[in-house]
Amino acid sequence: MTTYVMPDEKGHFGIYGGRFVPETLMQAVLELGKAYEKAKNDKNFQQDLAYLLKEYVGRETPLYYAENLSKHANGAKIYLKREDLNHTGAHKINNTVGQALLAVRMGKKKIVAETGAGQHGVATATVCALLNLECVIFMGEEDIKRQQLNVFRMELLGAKVVSVTSGSRTLKDACNEALRYWVSNVTDTHYILGSVMGPHPFPMMVRDFQSVIGKETKQQYNEKFGKNPEAIVACIGGGSNSMGMFYPFIEDSEVQLIGVEAAGHGIDTEQHAASLTKGKPGVLHGALMYLLQDHAGQIQEAHSISAGLDYPGVGPEHSYLKDIGRVQYESITDEEALEALKLLCRLEGIIPALESAHAVAYAIKHAQTMTENESIVVCLSGRGDKDVQTIQANMKEAL
Amino acid sequence: MNRIEKAFHSLKENNRKAFVPYLMAGDGGLDQLMDQLIFLENCGATAIEIGIPFSDPVADGPAIQEAGIRALQSGTSLKDVLVAIQTIRPIVSTPLILMTYMNPIYAYGIGSFIHDAVKAGIDGCIIPDLPIEEEELIAPYLQDANIELIRLVTLTSPLERIEEIAKKGRGFLYAVTVTGITGARTEFNDSVSKYLKDIKSVSPIPVLAGFGISTPEQVVELGSYCDGVVVGSKIVQYFHEKKLSEIEHLIQASKTADVS
Repeated sequence: MTTYVMPDEKGHFGIYGGRFVPETLMQAVLELGKAYEKAKNDKNFQQDLAYLLKEYVGRETPLYYAENLSKHANGAKIYLKREDLNHTGAHKINNTVGQALLAVRMGKKKIVAETGAGQHGVATATVCALLNLECVIFMGEEDIKRQQLNVFRMELLGAKVVSVTSGSRTLKDACNEALRYWVSNVTDTHYILGSVMGPHPFPMMVRDFQSVIGKETKQQYNEKFGKNPEAIVACIGGGSNSMGMFYPFIEDSEVQLIGVEAAGHGIDTEQHAASLTKGKPGVLHGALMYLLQDHAGQIQEAHSISAGLDYPGVGPEHSYLKDIGRVQYESITDEEALEALKLLCRLEGIIPALESAHAVAYAIKHAQTMTENESIVVCLSGRGDKDVQTIQANMKEAL
Repeated sequence: MNRIEKAFHSLKENNRKAFVPYLMAGDGGLDQLMDQLIFLENCGATAIEIGIPFSDPVADGPAIQEAGIRALQSGTSLKDVLVAIQTIRPIVSTPLILMTYMNPIYAYGIGSFIHDAVKAGIDGCIIPDLPIEEEELIAPYLQDANIELIRLVTLTSPLERIEEIAKKGRGFLYAVTVTGITGARTEFNDSVSKYLKDIKSVSPIPVLAGFGISTPEQVVELGSYCDGVVVGSKIVQYFHEKKLSEIEHLIQASKTADVS
């Protein structure tokens, strides 16, 4: 592949992306774009970020050879990029540290954020505590029920968690409320969007902050083997861990990039979250992207056992990468994800997040089509402690 | 001349302020639309904004959100609304402006949407999640079809930007009077009068204030700083509660507004 430069200056990835926001937010979005460009090229900002990522978040994270899982799959070697070992237990903090530092530079004192599984909410509440920022988190009522532990963690960290009771009461509706809050408090508030979604510059900025995952993986793998892995697999809700993982490899055409969506009860049912596989392009939450919607353009409810993948859209850059064919998008059902989760627990002693279990499930399948001289890297985006109650409730058989 | 331009022309000649009510199409059933439009026309509305329900209305407060949910539950779609308006159009001569988020139009197909909107006799469109940065997607086609794209300016838009938007503007300029979402407010920021006067000074087209206006007093006050007002949430609420005389009362207030 030739040089990949995306997005353009207006934040478009081909036809996708852009800034589809109410005029009240335009000034904030334009200012954020400028502030981010400045920070990106500022040594001090990059030093502050690198310091926190190393000393506070605990990077770099290991690239672990899952030998037992590989033997079980009986194909390619499976490596796990251990984002679950980050402070707060998921990749989400890579982005919140970056955006919170930016908010401080911009003189904002208050932070608003949406959360689905609660991992982004916890990661946001954490950096707000660290940097002394006031923090409001919007979370769907349904997700609050599913993720009690994370709600309490956010509150313990000093954040105010607001229950969202509109619509499907999940991540999509939490985004709506966070945007409404931002529209009403835009002068002193920064919105820490948690995924590669929303109006420009968010999809680009979140990708850049998350790219630390792919950069480290590339370096770690190349140090050991002097080449890139043959395949990389990551799960996709909005798409931030996968985008951060894929981005440094996009120009390396020999690396197969596979994004795994949540198929819920199956992509031929009404209950899934496979926006790229089953959706059509449309406009939601500030960007043009693939969306689950009906023929009249009403957004449909997504379903996944994992709250973090339960979103009817997918970031604009993924939408573009699908259309140009650079990334292959697959899906994994609730049941397959649960199986993979159990397997990883038993074989490797690692409890993955339900989100990440989707990537593990696909990697096991895919490894079987490859040889033992080849490798797959899985982005293990988060740990599963938050999910144990859901897992317990969904286990068909006793342990 | 487009019906919107004509309406403002006639207001100016008669030294009057504009009153543009908003209703949610399909709230109470789409079969209500004809009566609602005739009622608003008879009350003296300058133009009527017809809201298209959307599952994720991020610029709207609770009153319009709930009306949208009711309309969606009764099965309202953009296509059905256009068909209904086409039937009503020979009876209603008031300018009709669609207010819809971008996605229902995108899903419809921009070309088909404009074709059907022309057929229905739509005079203008307000798309709250379409800032000027993205309007290339649809603005040139609307213009070709003689449908005015009504643009919004807000308290957070710097004056140079307001000027840029105003110059592109067609029909009228919609000045959002609160930093926030739609819905009744008991009071407005002190700076609103200056904001509206500043916009008036740079806008070549009429300026209407909207968002948060809910009482006859506010209709008169905010109308005095510009060319009139748009009232949404309160009208939607009164229609829902079947308090038609309250709507009449609000529209009447615009006729007493001081024309300076």
